[in-house]
Amino acid sequence: MNAHSHHEESFFRKYIWSTDHKIIGLQYGITALFFLMVGFFLMMVMRWQLAYPETPIPFVGSFFGEDGILLPEIYNSLGAMHGTIMIFLGVVPLAVGAFGNYLVPLQIGAPDMAFPKLNAASYWSYFVGGVIMMSSFFSEEGAARSGWTSYPPLADIEVGQTIWLIGMVFLITSSLLGSMNIITTIVQLRAPGLTWSRLPFFVWTQLVTSFLLVLAFPPLEAAAVLQLMDRVAGTSFFLPSGLVISGEALAVSGGGSPLLWQHLFWFLAHPEVYVLILPAMGIVSEVIVNNTRKPLWGYNSLVYSVIFLGFMSFVVWAHHMFLTGMGTAMSSFFQITTMIISIPSVIILSALFITLWGASIRFNTPMLFALAFLPMFGIGGLTGLPLGIAASDIYLHDTYYVIGHFHYVVAPGTIFALFAGIYFWYPKITGRKMNERLGQLHFWPSLLFMNGIFMPMFIQGLAGVSRRLWDGGLEYAHAAGVLQWNEFMSVSAWLLGVSQIPFIINVFYSLKGGEKVDNNPWESTTLEWVAPSPPLPHVNFETLPEVHREAYEYSVPGRKRDFTPQTEPKKG
Amino acid sequence: MEIPYTVDERPDTGVYNAKLGVWLFLASEVMLFGGLFSAYVFLRLGADVGAFHEWGQELNIPLATLNTMILISSSMTMVMSWVSLKMNDFKKYKLYMALTLLCALCFLVIKYLEYSAKIHHHIYPSTNTFYAIYFTLTGLHGLHIIGGMIVLFYLWGPGSNMWNSKPEQFTNRIEIVGLYWHFVDLVWIFLFPILYLL
Repeated sequence: MNAHSHHEESFFRKYIWSTDHKIIGLQYGITALFFLMVGFFLMMVMRWQLAYPETPIPFVGSFFGEDGILLPEIYNSLGAMHGTIMIFLGVVPLAVGAFGNYLVPLQIGAPDMAFPKLNAASYWSYFVGGVIMMSSFFSEEGAARSGWTSYPPLADIEVGQTIWLIGMVFLITSSLLGSMNIITTIVQLRAPGLTWSRLPFFVWTQLVTSFLLVLAFPPLEAAAVLQLMDRVAGTSFFLPSGLVISGEALAVSGGGSPLLWQHLFWFLAHPEVYVLILPAMGIVSEVIVNNTRKPLWGYNSLVYSVIFLGFMSFVVWAHHMFLTGMGTAMSSFFQITTMIISIPSVIILSALFITLWGASIRFNTPMLFALAFLPMFGIGGLTGLPLGIAASDIYLHDTYYVIGHFHYVVAPGTIFALFAGIYFWYPKITGRKMNERLGQLHFWPSLLFMNGIFMPMFIQGLAGVSRRLWDGGLEYAHAAGVLQWNEFMSVSAWLLGVSQIPFIINVFYSLKGGEKVDNNPWESTTLEWVAPSPPLPHVNFETLPEVHREAYEYSVPGRKRDFTPQTEPKKG
Repeated sequence: MEIPYTVDERPDTGVYNAKLGVWLFLASEVMLFGGLFSAYVFLRLGADVGAFHEWGQELNIPLATLNTMILISSSMTMVMSWVSLKMNDFKKYKLYMALTLLCALCFLVIKYLEYSAKIHHHIYPSTNTFYAIYFTLTGLHGLHIIGGMIVLFYLWGPGSNMWNSKPEQFTNRIEIVGLYWHFVDLVWIFLFPILYLL
């Protein structure tokens, strides 16, 4: 059946301009992990300035200021680019580009994505966008420095923003191509017998995520085009009349509105939050269900919840804008929708907790990361509620509390889930397991230091410390009592960096030194474990699988084994 | 192992892959132009009452009306070219496709005349928010026309060899590029009243 597909490919066709979803997934994964490291490095530099204001940075100081002291404008650049890199170049490409690409066709029993060439184009568009973003550090003006949210009028007049906008256009194009591809693949290429109610939950989360990307990113593209026009063609989309900068009236027609940008931006950026979290929930579900040896509790409610989350994420965006004076009626509306959207998140989290109930859990590294995800995401989610209520948001807006909140969601939340996924599917990709001892050495310090960084942010934020201060708030009396935490947080951040070394060693060491495994080392039920490890180039499976069962038939009473693969025919 | 449903419809979904793909792409395009249209509404509400109407008086309504007719005609010839393939008449396909391209070219020439008249009168995107959104919307729409023309030209010229080897897949291609073309047409049908008439 697949004899013709075993012809030799040149190195270039095989690894560079590859149309195999597995290679593209790995390209995405490696590039995204690299960008995660870059984004993390920028933050470590910023944390030096916050812990020890105006002292020279050791080792790398000369890059950031003449006498090694971080310049304020470079601090702003690092902040803006940390956010941009982590979200658009790191986490989303890893969660959707890498995991989505690699796993979705395998889990639905397809030979490849529906549009392999578009898939390659998607990766290379992402790559070019990444190169453009990084090149802005070396440009004459420097990198963007108006925050990852790029609020005008500042972003309209501040240097470095033009390159950021051009980079974004490439990244948006990449997301668009990738997510169209994932949706089409899921709808069209499901294996015979794989009905919607038999889909693994991870595939559902990728489907909803892709819809969010297809529908939410274009308004940001529109906003980016308008901001580019403001900067290049001298229009005033986001510039109000009578704007005065440094004592001089700005020579533009005016008549625009900075709020327009905020509406368009958050129309993307709120669904984007769910783009960051939904694939993580999918990965965690797969890992938990496998290591509890129990069916996923409440599969249907999980699926409905994730669809409802996706839908609701389009009508909550202005809860980021309570302080803009848009009026109490608007605030009330978005307050209510925000409270409503927390319900499906809680359903998902509860269902995962209940899945643990009464299970004999296998505590391996992927499971540890998945288990840590639950309370960490819980903290991130619950601390979000006071931000969703206008009255308390007025106090907390733009403080470190906000930073603590969304980092709990994304860092020990999503990134832990992504680590769980890497440890879990590494045997499928390479045919070898990752080292368990190094894995534990990675997990425990990471968990400790993550909390060491982000927990004190709530304390500082509740004291009212602003999130954007170059010196961390030295000039403010209200910050005086909580600034001693800065050193603790910074040291935690650097130690978190050190804690990633076992992971990096593990990834490379296990390629050759890991324990060899067969097709299904975790004794899992879903289709990707039917394929060889690693799956065959371009075709994945030896024969196209046929599905006879629901996704998670674990520990069914009366069966010989505690798992029944989806491909096993029903008797009679 | 070939990727399934590249040519034939999947029975339970009723579409082939590329058709679903192009609909998703068009959904994203709706959101792109939707974002820009809402920017238009936002700016119009923010301007003085009647300012947008007054600024718009400089626009040439007869030329834009002509352009609307041209674009609608191009959508018709687009459908005719697809129907010709369905009826196995490759020569007619070539003819209708050429007419579609010709219409698109006429549209761009007229758009160029309009733009140069504006610039001649010292009206630029920076003049006021109306012309900012006018140039942005029509410019982006124009880029969509140009992008479409490149694909249409390919399918009219070198790409049409596929008719001999894979006629069914080629017909599908014309169908989905047609869907895109109608969408670009539809965007103009919204642009024309809000920019020229209101």
